[in-house]
Amino acid sequence: MEENKNLLEVKDLKVSFFTPAGEVKAVNGISYTLGYNEVMGIVGESGSGKSVEAYSLIGLLANPGKVVGGSVTFEGEDLLAYTPEQMREFRGNKVSMIFQNPMTCLNPVYTIGDQLMEALTCHDKNIKKEEARAKAIEMLELVGINNASKRVDQYPHEFSGGMRQRAMIAMALICSPKLLIADEPTTALDVTIQAQILELMKSLQKKENTSIIFITHNLGVVAEICDRVSVMYAGHIVEQATVEDLFYHPMHPYTKGLLASQPRLDADGHERLIPIEGTPIDLLNPPQGCNFGPRCKDCMKICLREKPPYADLGNGHISACWLHYKDLKKEEENK
Amino acid sequence: MLWYIIKRIGASIVTLFLILGITFFLMNMVPGSPFLTEKSTPEQIALANAKYGLDKPLLVQFKNYVVNYLQGDLGVSLKMQEGTPVKDILFGQGKFQLSIKLGLISLLVAVIIGIPLGCIAAYNRGKWLDGFLRVMTTVGVAIPTFVLATLLLALFAVKLQWLPTLSGSLTSPKEYIMPIISLSFYYMCYIAKLTRTSMLDAINQDYIRTARAKGVTTRTLIIKHALRNSLIPVITYLGPVIAGIITGSFVIESTFSIPGLGKYFVQSVLSRDYTVIMATTFVLSSLVIIMNLFVDIAYKIVDPRITLSSQED
Repeated sequence: MEENKNLLEVKDLKVSFFTPAGEVKAVNGISYTLGYNEVMGIVGESGSGKSVEAYSLIGLLANPGKVVGGSVTFEGEDLLAYTPEQMREFRGNKVSMIFQNPMTCLNPVYTIGDQLMEALTCHDKNIKKEEARAKAIEMLELVGINNASKRVDQYPHEFSGGMRQRAMIAMALICSPKLLIADEPTTALDVTIQAQILELMKSLQKKENTSIIFITHNLGVVAEICDRVSVMYAGHIVEQATVEDLFYHPMHPYTKGLLASQPRLDADGHERLIPIEGTPIDLLNPPQGCNFGPRCKDCMKICLREKPPYADLGNGHISACWLHYKDLKKEEENK
Repeated sequence: MLWYIIKRIGASIVTLFLILGITFFLMNMVPGSPFLTEKSTPEQIALANAKYGLDKPLLVQFKNYVVNYLQGDLGVSLKMQEGTPVKDILFGQGKFQLSIKLGLISLLVAVIIGIPLGCIAAYNRGKWLDGFLRVMTTVGVAIPTFVLATLLLALFAVKLQWLPTLSGSLTSPKEYIMPIISLSFYYMCYIAKLTRTSMLDAINQDYIRTARAKGVTTRTLIIKHALRNSLIPVITYLGPVIAGIITGSFVIESTFSIPGLGKYFVQSVLSRDYTVIMATTFVLSSLVIIMNLFVDIAYKIVDPRITLSSQED
């Protein structure tokens, strides 16, 4: 069946925030598909719309944000047509989410066990308390928390940051969701813990066959865990490719810039990092042409006039840049 | 926990002693005497002072108070009902019980209505319902109790004649309605305001987003996750209020002619009835101290992060 090949299909999704100053197009027409068992990274700088896009998938957009266009299909069902009650039932059950700051994401006045069990009981009213508790302990063990049967009755403030994130992951996976959205899950953790959490997510992903949308601004993390990557800039996906393609053959100037601004292990230690000059565009007044144009080293006249279409570079590698249209480039040079 | 409570009781006794001391010396710094009237001669005053031991040095007088209080003796009234034991004035004829009863019901009404109102306002932030509640609570906090009580009397007792004017002894439930509304309205509005503010803070916390992502219902979200986290300021406020509200309100009691405790607080000060001033201060401070202890224990129950005593372990 053609329509069930992909777990999630996002087509031309548009999300806007209606502020007193005007409409801010935080996500401006993005499309991608996510297969079963696939891990996709969404990379981009702060404000590029990567979190907003993820929240809009499961109806967690905060006011005054609104989905203004496009479609989101999950296993053939139109998510945007869901009623609030259907969406609530869907959230945490088929799709769950883990967040950036584990220190503040758990409710301080309830025990870890209580919060884990709640994820079960709010989707299955008939489940027995002992059953839910046993499942909670099992999940805590699964995410590598020692002495889980004792830990389950502790409060979040008795857990360290890394352990809280483990507990968050346990909570997100307790209903065996098909899709896990991870919104910068390692950003607030120190590097050793980061590595442990990534390792854990990788192994759980294989064990539970969960697809993951992994949102981050850390390209190192992407390389570690993802199969495919979408690079977002100012509400657009500018480049999408497999991890290998993206790291070894980045095509979009923005992606190249991102990679050049990362420290490398194989550098001789005297190389300077190259920042991307300029600042992100004002989403209230987006430029007429390519969003990245004003900051792009290779900017051409056409870049400031028209938005670039995606160029298919083979093997699912797409990039939205006028540079890929070589004939055009020559034409410009000849002028 | 038990050790903590014992320590707190010890500290409370010291606090009470200090309060009594400060009240005693302040009271004696105020000019006037319980026996001073237009007709009284210096000889009469000296005689009365000698009778009640007011001629002794202040420190000796204070010592006598403390010793008597330790023996459960609050002394006799010097002026208001000369010779009557203060204990009878405060606790006799069910006055204290009446004030407590009226106060507790009003408090309950304030809490039971105030907290949900605050939640509703916070949940509907910026909508007309929130706007309406905000205006109402602001008016409720701003309007003096005697104005509200008088307005209620004028409307429901005099004009519409639905409710009795004089409550008197508070025998039928109908007689309770207006005193309770007047007494609780201010507190209800204040609690609603407090709840709204801390609820708004709680609603924007990350753990609320986590709970939503888990798929909990809106009701659970508000009642279980947000409300419990926003109760601390309300509890803090309730401690002293409980003591104040159950010892009666002078204004309400005189407006509705309720024979409660409140009026004695005011009268005793005006008439320099030293023993009654000391006793009422003692009773009120004890209540405040006890309620504060309850508040601290309630904190611990509401928020597990709070440890009752850092020196405990």
